[in-house]
Amino acid sequence: MEPVTATVSTFDLRTTPLREVNAALHKPDLSGEFVIANPDGAHNVAVGVDAPVKVTVDGHVGYYAAGMNQQAEITIDGNAGTGVAENMMSGTVWVKGSASQSAGATAHGGLLVIEGDAAARCGISMKGVDIVVGGNVGHMSAFMAQAGRLVVRGNAGEALGDSIYEARIYVRGDVASLGADCVAKPMRSEHHEELEYLLKAAGFEGDDTAAYTRYGSARNLYHFHVDNTSSY
Amino acid sequence: MCGIVGLHLRTPDLYPRLGELLTGMLCEMGERGSDSAGVAVYGDPVWTPPGRGCVSVLEVTPTAEAIELDVSIVRLGDTYLVTAEASSGELLDAVKAAYPQALIAGFGADMAVLKGVGHPRELTDGWGLTKAQGWQGVGHTRMATESAVTPAGCHPYAVGPEQCMVHNGSFANHATIRRELRAAGVQFDSENDTEVGARFIAEQLAHGRDVEAALKELCAVFDGFYTLLVSNRDSFAVVRDAIACKPAVIAETDDWVAMGSEYRALAGLPGVESAKIWEPEPEVIYAWNR
Repeated sequence: MEPVTATVSTFDLRTTPLREVNAALHKPDLSGEFVIANPDGAHNVAVGVDAPVKVTVDGHVGYYAAGMNQQAEITIDGNAGTGVAENMMSGTVWVKGSASQSAGATAHGGLLVIEGDAAARCGISMKGVDIVVGGNVGHMSAFMAQAGRLVVRGNAGEALGDSIYEARIYVRGDVASLGADCVAKPMRSEHHEELEYLLKAAGFEGDDTAAYTRYGSARNLYHFHVDNTSSY
Repeated sequence: MCGIVGLHLRTPDLYPRLGELLTGMLCEMGERGSDSAGVAVYGDPVWTPPGRGCVSVLEVTPTAEAIELDVSIVRLGDTYLVTAEASSGELLDAVKAAYPQALIAGFGADMAVLKGVGHPRELTDGWGLTKAQGWQGVGHTRMATESAVTPAGCHPYAVGPEQCMVHNGSFANHATIRRELRAAGVQFDSENDTEVGARFIAEQLAHGRDVEAALKELCAVFDGFYTLLVSNRDSFAVVRDAIACKPAVIAETDDWVAMGSEYRALAGLPGVESAKIWEPEPEVIYAWNR
């Protein structure tokens, strides 16, 4: 058994300025657990953490929460505003509620779980992150996605995967429409395995992976096509 | 940017706190732009006594003697609230006759529209907004993009009887639609894009459309970015454009419905911890009636 070393430090955002809280989370050689109480929709909560710590945000947050995360396990016990976990590099960001637009934007790595719905542009320009959404995603999700995996247990809005480079998208429900160069692809055994792994990581292990459809790039936009000359 | 807020109270228990709650909501949104601000308050018994017609006026200093009707005048910041034992339409005509150059901020029974140039904190202090009462209020704090920082450029735009609109975003084709409306005889106070939207809605309502149909028509005709909050004496409606990049959060409890550009505007409302909270879908019209 590991020795019990966890110390829980609590910050109350009604009495402690956000900059102090974030500065405390940026200290060198940080360890332990942290609770951020009463965020009341504040922006930039727990951004730029780069340490193997646990951070729990007790309430709804505003824009860019847990942005640029590296290593940390950050749980938001509420809803998140625009750009939660944007540009995450590693670690985990877990939203217990729903997320506004551009969740996981440009993120390179780590796991973003949104138990509720994610709004428009979820995973826009994602570069390697894994995103699992318990509910629906809004329009233009995975827009210009370059790498990583996006799992949607509900439905997807208009123009899913528009101008996608690479990245794999799994959707269980309906897709309102596919964006340019995004197509449905067959689920091979490695895709079932990958999806099962992602669902389990996000706490949704009961799902039947056969109920999902995989979407990805048709790779028709990779190269200039002479038929399009008149379009430019 | 710009920040918009609205609060539609369902329980009369909260009517005495309308101004206090609306002030908190509006000032919290001050970081989204604070060159000007404005509010519409529905149902304050002092500002807009029941049964009296009301007109909100700026850019002139009205006196009771100059207006043909027997009027009372209250000054709040730069806005004058003129009321009389008459319909708001009759009163509006009388005020316009006496002060043709006045900026009419709004007119209609039970509705006071206050606006001005400055930070929402200073403006709301000047109005004494925290003491206001009523059943519904909307507010706007502005970061000017499409037109000058003047009282005429401030929201709300309240151009039809008891109607009011606040807008976060910008309309791209407002000049074209303004020309068309002007050709149809509609008069404008400013070069502001939102005023075009408000006058478009007022025209639709004047032709017998309901708010929902008017907003659908606006979505079809207007190009650009918008989250809109459109109210009248008894209703409150929210709509976002198809791209939905301008933020909006709605929260609802048994006691109230509230809308804000961001959740933090709603964080101080009583009972918000148990409210149903969601982000409105693009081009879906959400409306509530009293």
